[in-house]
Amino acid sequence: MADPMRIRAQAAGDKTTVRVLMSHEMETGQRKDAAGKTIPAWFIQEVTASHNGKPVMTAQWGPSVAKNPFLQFVIKGAKAGDKVAIAWKDNKGDSRSDEATVS
Amino acid sequence: MQTRREMLARSASVAAALAGLGLLPQVAQAAWSQAAFDAKNMGDLMKALGSSGPAESKDVTITGPDIAENGAVVPVGAATTLAGVKRILLLVEKNPSMLAALFDVTDAVEPNISTRVKMGQSSNVIAVAITADNKVLFAQKEIKVTLGGCGG
Repeated sequence: MADPMRIRAQAAGDKTTVRVLMSHEMETGQRKDAAGKTIPAWFIQEVTASHNGKPVMTAQWGPSVAKNPFLQFVIKGAKAGDKVAIAWKDNKGDSRSDEATVS
Repeated sequence: MQTRREMLARSASVAAALAGLGLLPQVAQAAWSQAAFDAKNMGDLMKALGSSGPAESKDVTITGPDIAENGAVVPVGAATTLAGVKRILLLVEKNPSMLAALFDVTDAVEPNISTRVKMGQSSNVIAVAITADNKVLFAQKEIKVTLGGCGG
């Protein structure tokens, strides 16, 4: 299991800015190791964001997203105390989901 | 004239070749659009996503540095003032796979997303917004990279 995500959700007026820092290698499949062998691709493919259990955004990522990906987006109408959950799945079938409370 | 045995052997080798190329459908990755991430140019990408030809628009903005010192971590943002956007794409023109990220947004989310991408070399970075009535609008910005983020 991968390391937990760091999620911060801050409400300002009727908008909530969500910042997520995921912990993932995001290996492109283009790099070679010291022996000249290609390192197989390993990256997050799908990301889902939900607000109080309702999905608000889904994303599909390719290997060009940077290592330990950062994601920022804005949810309309989220209030302090609401739950924001982020889930991801990588190309090896590993997945992780974490939840944060809007402050 | 082919015998049945030859036919079977041939079809097996063709199937193996297809599997090797990754052309056979993979059930495990059904939701992830392989074709879109394989696209090398804008035309192929739009075909893979089933959208029409893109037009440059002032309503879409892309944010990012003019010069990125490290291509492995380039902060970019895509935003639009258009209503009814259902999909936002981030493209890096000269990366091995052009599409970096694809976001399917709902009305509950503002079409304003930031993330970090890798860039192999200096290139145009493009933000594309696809609206619910299938209009494709984009904005682009050139980002110079002094140290590449792919290979090495």
